[in-house]
Amino acid sequence: MTLKSVFAGFGGQGVLMMGYLLALTAMRRGKNVTYLPAYGAEVRGGTANCTVVVSDEEIASPVASNPDVAVVMNNPSLMKFSNLVRSGGTLLVNSSLVETKLGRADLNLVPVPVSDLAHELGEDRSANVVMMGAFVAVTGLLDLDAFKEALAETNLGKKPKVLELNRKALEVGAAAARRALGKE
Amino acid sequence: MTKRLMRGSHVLGEAAVRAGCRFYFGYPITPQNEVPEYMSARLLEVGGTFVQAESEVASINMVMGASMAGARVMTTSSSPGISLKQEGISYLAGLELPAVIANMMRGGPGLGNIAPAQGDYFQATRGGGHGDYRCIVLAPASCQELCDLTFRAFDLADKYRNPVMILGDGMMGQMMEPVEFPEPIDPASLPAKDWILTGAAGRPQRTILSLLLDPKVLEAHNYKLTRKYDAITRDEQDWETYLCDDARLVVVAFGTAARIAKGAIKRVRALGVKVGLFRPKTLWPFPYQPLGELARATRHLLAFEMNSGQMVEDVRLAVCGQGEVHFYGRPGGVIPTPDEVAHQISHYYYGAGLDQAAAVARRA
Repeated sequence: MTLKSVFAGFGGQGVLMMGYLLALTAMRRGKNVTYLPAYGAEVRGGTANCTVVVSDEEIASPVASNPDVAVVMNNPSLMKFSNLVRSGGTLLVNSSLVETKLGRADLNLVPVPVSDLAHELGEDRSANVVMMGAFVAVTGLLDLDAFKEALAETNLGKKPKVLELNRKALEVGAAAARRALGKE
Repeated sequence: MTKRLMRGSHVLGEAAVRAGCRFYFGYPITPQNEVPEYMSARLLEVGGTFVQAESEVASINMVMGASMAGARVMTTSSSPGISLKQEGISYLAGLELPAVIANMMRGGPGLGNIAPAQGDYFQATRGGGHGDYRCIVLAPASCQELCDLTFRAFDLADKYRNPVMILGDGMMGQMMEPVEFPEPIDPASLPAKDWILTGAAGRPQRTILSLLLDPKVLEAHNYKLTRKYDAITRDEQDWETYLCDDARLVVVAFGTAARIAKGAIKRVRALGVKVGLFRPKTLWPFPYQPLGELARATRHLLAFEMNSGQMVEDVRLAVCGQGEVHFYGRPGGVIPTPDEVAHQISHYYYGAGLDQAAAVARRA
């Protein structure tokens, strides 16, 4: 099993944290992982992205030519990454902010309004964690509990109250993705 | 032991501290600012010294001082900053002072950019400073290997009293991977050095000089260095081979480029293309002989670098006319994709007829 994912959005949306949470969770469950942030003269409000590879085998390249999954949090990232995903791959889209019309029909498009769901949770900043819940439900990569445990080791889980909120955000995201996939 | 998920720059810092490094002098430059960031906090915890110097030139001279006093010491920078340190590196080599210098290469020449590149291969392996000298150059390709080679860098520096360069790039500095760190070494437990300058009270005076005005004296010193470099060349070469046993084409790549090449090789292997990888882990001493033997068996090599062709010259020296050496590179900080390299491999492989029966017979 090897899964190559790209996370992309505005700087400040917690895009790098999503990738880090995935890499950390997978490592804690004994997987091989690489986490590669795009690194440039970045500015707040500009675009940010990172590539995470999770595998049972040794990971050759941390660079993904054609990722299996792209998680898109804003419109500029949709333009940049929707064409890169491999045929038959998955595109998880923050449908609160992002157009969901695509120029190709060979992707598994999963729109989840994560910004709205985060707002309903009472914490706009948790949109990234809501999306990670959706990511887990859609990819089936590890279980939600693994992510809930790993959260405690990140900045998202330093305070008990924040940890609780983020664990709830994972559940909300997972449920929303299952609805989008018609599994509920 | 538990694994920690850390970015390369932090791995380098942590490994250095665990290897007994208690002195760090540097000056900030992207894409390796996370090294001084980490060291500024971490050295405080172990009673070490961190100085953000006023310049790269100052920092390498501080390295020289700490090394003369017997400490394990490190400085890090990225391409333009390493250029500024070259005079000091030449002095370290001439004075036979151990030190670890890490270069997280970025695109160049000049100010270039802050993206990963491998354009400093010549500078690292040929010596960007003046005079007859060599730096040991280690090229890690993963965060774990960066950790392991940092330990080895300090050991080699002390063993040979020579500067050792760790040659990474912007990607190695930023990438996170799980790392298992060895147990920390207590600097007090390291073998005592009998040549250091610690004050001459109660013992004969010692001097460490690189100014040797009498040509005969300097010649003798140069020959002493040469014998040391010969010993390093004989004993310290390190490399990795991957799927070379049945290969009809071998890709030669180091560091990040080797990672990308491995991804490309996995891809084309699935299509029946018999290709392997030779990855030098020591760039100086370069593993000429093992690569030469491989070249005599396979006859076809493809050097792949993130520059416009530097290590390929060492590959040609290794092959010595006994095989075909081709080159593919992307300079300027462009990170080539595994797909792109896979295309280059296939193009060359089929173009040279390596899928044909004649190639099979020759390989056998």
